[in-house]
Amino acid sequence: MTDKLSQSADKVLDHYTLFRQPEYAAMFEKKKTEFEYGHSDEEVARVSEWTKSEDYKAKNFAREAVVINPTKACQPIGAMFAAQGFEGTLPFVHGSQGCVAYYRTHLTRHFKEPNSAVSSSMTEDAAVFGGLNNMIDGLANAYALYKPKMIAVMTTCMAEVIGDDLQGFIANAKNKESVPADFPVPYAHTPAFVGSHIVGYDNMIKGILTNFWGTSENFDTPKTEQINLIPGFDGFAVGNNRELKRIAGEFGVKLQILSDVSDNFDTPMDGEYRMYDGGTTIEETKEALHAKATISMQEYNTTQTLQFCKEKGQEVAKFNYPMGVTGTDELLLKLAELSGKPVPASLKLERGRLVDAIADSHTHMHGKRFAVYGDPDFCLGMTKFLLELGAEPVHILSTSGSKKWEKQVQKVLDASPFGKSGAAHGGKDLWHLRSLIFTDKVDYIIGNSYGKYLERDTKVPLIRLTYPIFDRHHHHRYPTWGYQGALNVLVRILDRIFEDIDANTNIVGQTDYSFDLIR
Amino acid sequence: MSLSENTTVDVKNLVNEVLEAYPEKSRKRRAKHLNVLEAEAKDCGVKSNVKSIPGVMTIRGCAYAGSKGVVWGPIKDMIHISHGPVGCGYYSWSGRRNYYIGDTGVDSWGTMHFTSDFQEKDIVFGGDKKLHKVIEEINELFPLVNGISIQSECPIGLIGDDIEAVARAKSAEIGKPVIPVRCEGFRGVSQSLGHHIANDAIRDWVFEKTEPKADFVSTPYDVTIIGDYNIGGDAWSSRILLEEIGLRVIAQWSGDGTMAELENTPKAKVNLIHCYRSMNYIARHMEEKFNIPWMEYNFFGPSQIAESLRKIAALFDDKIKENAEKVIARYQPMVDAVIAKYKPRLDGKKVMIYVGGLRPRHVVDAYHDLGMEIIGTGYEFAHNDDYQRTPHYVKEGTLIYDDVTAFELEKFVEAMRPDLVASGIKEKYVFQKMGLPFRQMHSWDYSGPYHGYDGFAIFARDMDLAINNPVWGVMKAPF
Repeated sequence: MTDKLSQSADKVLDHYTLFRQPEYAAMFEKKKTEFEYGHSDEEVARVSEWTKSEDYKAKNFAREAVVINPTKACQPIGAMFAAQGFEGTLPFVHGSQGCVAYYRTHLTRHFKEPNSAVSSSMTEDAAVFGGLNNMIDGLANAYALYKPKMIAVMTTCMAEVIGDDLQGFIANAKNKESVPADFPVPYAHTPAFVGSHIVGYDNMIKGILTNFWGTSENFDTPKTEQINLIPGFDGFAVGNNRELKRIAGEFGVKLQILSDVSDNFDTPMDGEYRMYDGGTTIEETKEALHAKATISMQEYNTTQTLQFCKEKGQEVAKFNYPMGVTGTDELLLKLAELSGKPVPASLKLERGRLVDAIADSHTHMHGKRFAVYGDPDFCLGMTKFLLELGAEPVHILSTSGSKKWEKQVQKVLDASPFGKSGAAHGGKDLWHLRSLIFTDKVDYIIGNSYGKYLERDTKVPLIRLTYPIFDRHHHHRYPTWGYQGALNVLVRILDRIFEDIDANTNIVGQTDYSFDLIR
Repeated sequence: MSLSENTTVDVKNLVNEVLEAYPEKSRKRRAKHLNVLEAEAKDCGVKSNVKSIPGVMTIRGCAYAGSKGVVWGPIKDMIHISHGPVGCGYYSWSGRRNYYIGDTGVDSWGTMHFTSDFQEKDIVFGGDKKLHKVIEEINELFPLVNGISIQSECPIGLIGDDIEAVARAKSAEIGKPVIPVRCEGFRGVSQSLGHHIANDAIRDWVFEKTEPKADFVSTPYDVTIIGDYNIGGDAWSSRILLEEIGLRVIAQWSGDGTMAELENTPKAKVNLIHCYRSMNYIARHMEEKFNIPWMEYNFFGPSQIAESLRKIAALFDDKIKENAEKVIARYQPMVDAVIAKYKPRLDGKKVMIYVGGLRPRHVVDAYHDLGMEIIGTGYEFAHNDDYQRTPHYVKEGTLIYDDVTAFELEKFVEAMRPDLVASGIKEKYVFQKMGLPFRQMHSWDYSGPYHGYDGFAIFARDMDLAINNPVWGVMKAPF
């Protein structure tokens, strides 16, 4: 060993530099050869190549049981997200406590914001005797400590497997005065072994609306001019919900967002910690019953809720994460139709500016091949936008995607000449996508942070445009919806394309003739 | 909540005030977990390792998190199946920064998420058949896998699946260890039981069923690193010091670890334990069964590192003892330079810590080395033996909080106004909103390593950048 240390106070080496120093490289080599008993480099290289092959892809696609790197979470996190969009609402997750730690962590890592929710902390005895006492004590404690305006109850799979009855338990807890009798405690059963986070979102929204609107069908509910809008589980909710409200303002439409997390998930740093902030108020939620219509921005997040709205005599309209020019056109036309007001000139102007931007840059996107993955609605909206840009969506994949969804994607692809090489993969995961990309290469991947492993393996650049984004900061504060949102998405895609071209043309004297100043 | 202007705080009174907010039954229970450390105390005077109270926002996790997330997950050449619904594996996917070197997806699987993705029919009819299929598919698609663990999620224990039978059958069939772990999330009161269950699974399904490698040649200097998860490379910046003093680290448990390293561990001359909480069980077992002594050490901060190196060297011959002194001397100028640079910027700064495992006590002297002061500390999932080990590090008057609730921690911090809060991701933004510098002390806030001398430089730099960033100065609007 030399006396010179790599680490120093002057220039502190971080992990990504420190471990590349020769002393560590030697240590790693020694550990590997003397202690790990791994496979030979040749064998690893051979298998590595095999995982990129058609043969491997066939085996990979023959999988029936194991799921590897899925694009879905479980129901309760979606339910929690939905509940957190209501004013002063504390999610109360009935079941094992570790789940709540996970949901809070996951949402916090994406939004870089505090995330509050409690658990009923059921343990082995509760598994045997049921969690009634946990509900009774839990509601009392949560109410006393965190002073919510509403507690929204959902379940972990543990409580579902043992069959705890939320309705009965909550009534029981109210009888025991855990919370006042008139205190709102909506609930939703959210079994993790059914659907995914988007189904949990649906269940919770329906649970909250049911709490205030009542269960019975009433097609003759008196109506106002208001239009409700349910955004769905959306990692860009902070930017998007604000953009929707701005659009409604331009329109002069009374638009009520049901579950608006935009303020709760974007509180200022001014010395005061706000445990709750903003959100749809209880009064607004009650009033929303009388809206003439409810729009869902994400069909697959609201299957049951929209049916429920219909039963209250509301007109309903559903979208699939509408993005881009025509996606936004359709949304605005629907708003115009439902409100009887024309699309305002200001938005038409924004549209023109967006189209102008696309025209300015279209050469860089035309014919570029993309893989897109994420929730079913996001995939649909993104695919549509790519087609509009002259790009070619090739692999469109969603673990939560159904056969119906696959057909929907196919229809979108079929409507454009740029969709001819595209195919939808419902119920598949990111390990399937790895095979797809190796065997049928694309130029870019659109997804979330988990896609960085695909980028590393396939060397196809990743563009992060959907939840969760853990390793880039603050993008969720900018909208992806509306013409302004489309412009943001466009810029994100273009930036990645330009960075990619620069990175591939930067070797001095070899490739840098194309290292163009002007692109 | 915003910060009060209190500068001197009657901590005992503060505890009582904070408890006032609870309903009576919960107040009595929580009171037993909060205390102010007394002079010459043998322990911290708090109750621990009991159930969290429902509805209070505990920061704890579950047994699955303790087994899959902590102990088993980092073993890189195995595939760990999150057995049950999709969520547990999804949320814990790549969350802990357990660094490893390997070809992910080919001979290592640390940053991947494998699940049996239970559907309703699996709950109703049982999941054993599916588990058979999952293991077959894994073995076909990942032929270089050196072992498979089955990490049970809540439903497994509730629906009566026999994962042990599946493990035995499949292990015989594929000729590789298949290890069932009964770490259902409802077991125990925190992640701690998950650590214990995971340790027991290694005892019963690795030590009992496998042998050390036949060609493994022992030396008198063989040691292991137990209870280091290589977060941000911690085990590496520790290993390098042990190697420098002339020891041979034959196994890392479990950061950057392999199946072979687990199997060869009974060949060690001494097991060196960093995270006592999560791995003392297996060390005690090896002491009883294989007569291998174990020793706790602490590689946070130069004072503890030097002390630990000397204690470790004392177990070996003079050559190792001399080497230890040489290594300490070799790093001393770098340590001095780090302290000279950062101590003036950090001296006297007050810290409140709330984390898990060993850190609520183990990191204390690293802060002291920088002139910083600990005014409160607590554990997520400690047992009494952790609280017995704590007074060695912290001084009289320190506020101690066991399984603190979000409410309590917020109130304590608000009143005590530390200069830095050192806790986890769920706490980070709460305190930053209040205008308080914060460092995540689970993930090292995506930095690290913090272990060893190389890690100390990073630790010192990180504490400085947290506390002395100009952002805190612009928090208040001038209008």
